[in-house]
Amino acid sequence: MKILVTVKRVIDYNVRVQVRRDGSGVETDGVKMSVNPFDEIAVEEALRLREAGVASEVVVASIGSADCQQQLRTALAMGADRAILVRADDVDMQPLYAARTLLKLVEKEAPGLVITGKQAIDDDCNQTGQMLAALWGRPQATFASELKVDGDSATTVREVDAGLETIRVQLPAVITTDLRLNEPRFVKMPDIMKAKRKPLEEIALADLAVEAPPGLEALTYAPPPQRSRGEMLEDVPALVSALKSRGVL
Amino acid sequence: MSMKVLLLAEHDGNTLNPSTARALACANGLGGEVHVVVFAASAGDVANAAAQLEGVAKVLTVERTENGAPLAAVLAPQIAALADGYDAVLAPSTTFGKDVLPRAAALLGAPQVSDIMEVVDAGARTFRRPMYAGNAIVDVKVPEGVKIIGTVRTASFQGAADGTSAAPIEAVSVAAELPSHSEYVGLASQESERPDLQSAPRVVSGGRGVGSEENFKVIFSLADKLGAAVGASRAAVDAGYVPNDMQVGQTGKIIAPDLYLAIGISGAIQHVTGIKDAGIIVAINKDPEAPIFEIADYGLVGDLFKLLPELEEAIG
Ligand SMILES: Cc1cc2nc3c(=O)[nH]c(=O)nc-3n(C[C@H](O)[C@H](O)[C@H](O)COP(=O)(O)OP(=O)(O)OC[C@H]3O[C@@H](n4cnc5c(N)ncnc54)[C@H](O)[C@@H]3O)c2cc1C
Repeated sequence: MKILVTVKRVIDYNVRVQVRRDGSGVETDGVKMSVNPFDEIAVEEALRLREAGVASEVVVASIGSADCQQQLRTALAMGADRAILVRADDVDMQPLYAARTLLKLVEKEAPGLVITGKQAIDDDCNQTGQMLAALWGRPQATFASELKVDGDSATTVREVDAGLETIRVQLPAVITTDLRLNEPRFVKMPDIMKAKRKPLEEIALADLAVEAPPGLEALTYAPPPQRSRGEMLEDVPALVSALKSRGVL
Repeated sequence: MSMKVLLLAEHDGNTLNPSTARALACANGLGGEVHVVVFAASAGDVANAAAQLEGVAKVLTVERTENGAPLAAVLAPQIAALADGYDAVLAPSTTFGKDVLPRAAALLGAPQVSDIMEVVDAGARTFRRPMYAGNAIVDVKVPEGVKIIGTVRTASFQGAADGTSAAPIEAVSVAAELPSHSEYVGLASQESERPDLQSAPRVVSGGRGVGSEENFKVIFSLADKLGAAVGASRAAVDAGYVPNDMQVGQTGKIIAPDLYLAIGISGAIQHVTGIKDAGIIVAINKDPEAPIFEIADYGLVGDLFKLLPELEEAIG
């Protein structure tokens, strides 16, 4: 079985994101970019399934500019077998557009499993995996914290608001990862060298004949209202009287 | 022209989840006629509760055995079929809404606005939503001629109250082919007598600083004294001190209690994004440099194992 994993290039999660003064977006100049953390977990899970003999090949895919090669190389260094970059320069690649594009790759590659992160930490949309599953007409198991593949079905434990939900889906299916699914491995220096020789195919978005869906128009970006630093108190009685005076105790 | 809005009810088969009333407050902000739809094996009590809510024009029930479990693959085609008669489809931005609504949106060929914090201008079809773990707030416009589909960030809205009269309840059947490729196995949840984390007016959360599952009893004990719900940081959940459904933050629950106590939590942005709308934030941490103090209304520096018993005592 082949596993297709999506890898999105996003601002690194340690960066304190700044909104540009003119409200046109967030500052990306000179900002560290990384693999979306949930996608890194997706890659790790696919690798573990290959190492367990469940999968035979792990293909990673990204949609975007040439810069996305860096994140695909990271995934290759982790151990993925090959990479596909759908070149989409200066395209506003919103989730539905991405899902339609990924569907084309799915039709080409015929994976038994697609694993995506549950959300990308830039737009925080939490949509693409679900949308791909819908368009593909296949099951979805979102927010997975445990995944067991058994023949032609997969049993997934999902992190939901009420606790842990278990569902069983027939393959092929789309799984989206939650943080506790696994802990991604560290990439070692020799692996980075090896990754340079692994195949990375580029496909122009135009060549996939994806029908561009309607998208949301982003009007203005603003920094969030700031909570200001409050008071440091001396002791518990001071806290209790402060809370009482504010009417919350 | 007045909008017709379809709101997806969240429930566990018996009770209507409070997130529905909060999402309804957003739906009412669109200024149209709101219908709440309940997908269930048997919708009785849930539909009655939904019909009571202020601003609901009608409750639709879609009852069939397949709807007895919240499977996105089963519900999405039914939502997409029902959506035909509506200008907007909303759901709470809970794990339920996040799972199912994008699937319906894709079937409808429409983009989704995730985590609506505010209806900026219903006529202009503009909405406010957070990105980058809440570090940027963006106003987006749904293009003309496209259905408005969105999940509602429940912490941003006060739940709609019960109205003076009950809305009519109408059973509808939806022509949609349902897949058989997904099977619901079950839910493991911690039965708790404590208030619900997502709607409680007071929340006490513990972090890695609490140190162990055993030690977490100091958090539970304070919470019980305050009649508060209990939350946790991701580090505390990952370390196995408490179950995952107690996680607060970017990837856990986004909450807005009147009073939030962060105990032994450093205040990483991913945690803070989950509590930005809280009324008063109190931080107790032994590290005076902990970032949590930058957003706390009141801070106490010290050992939580010494301070919490004192606090309990002082509350009486
Ligand atoms: C993609 C992504 C998503 C994430 N989502 C979330 C999320 O939803 N929610 C979340 O919480 N985190 C999330 N995180 C993790 C987040 O970055 C932090 O790692 C986490 O919040 C830290 O938890 P903590 O504050 O409990 O632990 P730590 O950062 O280890 O802090 C422990 C604190 O306890 C204090 N302390 C220790 N002992 C005592 C004592 N005896 N008395 C008083 N104070 C004491 C210490 O001074 C310290 O400040 C996410 C991370 C990533 C990458």
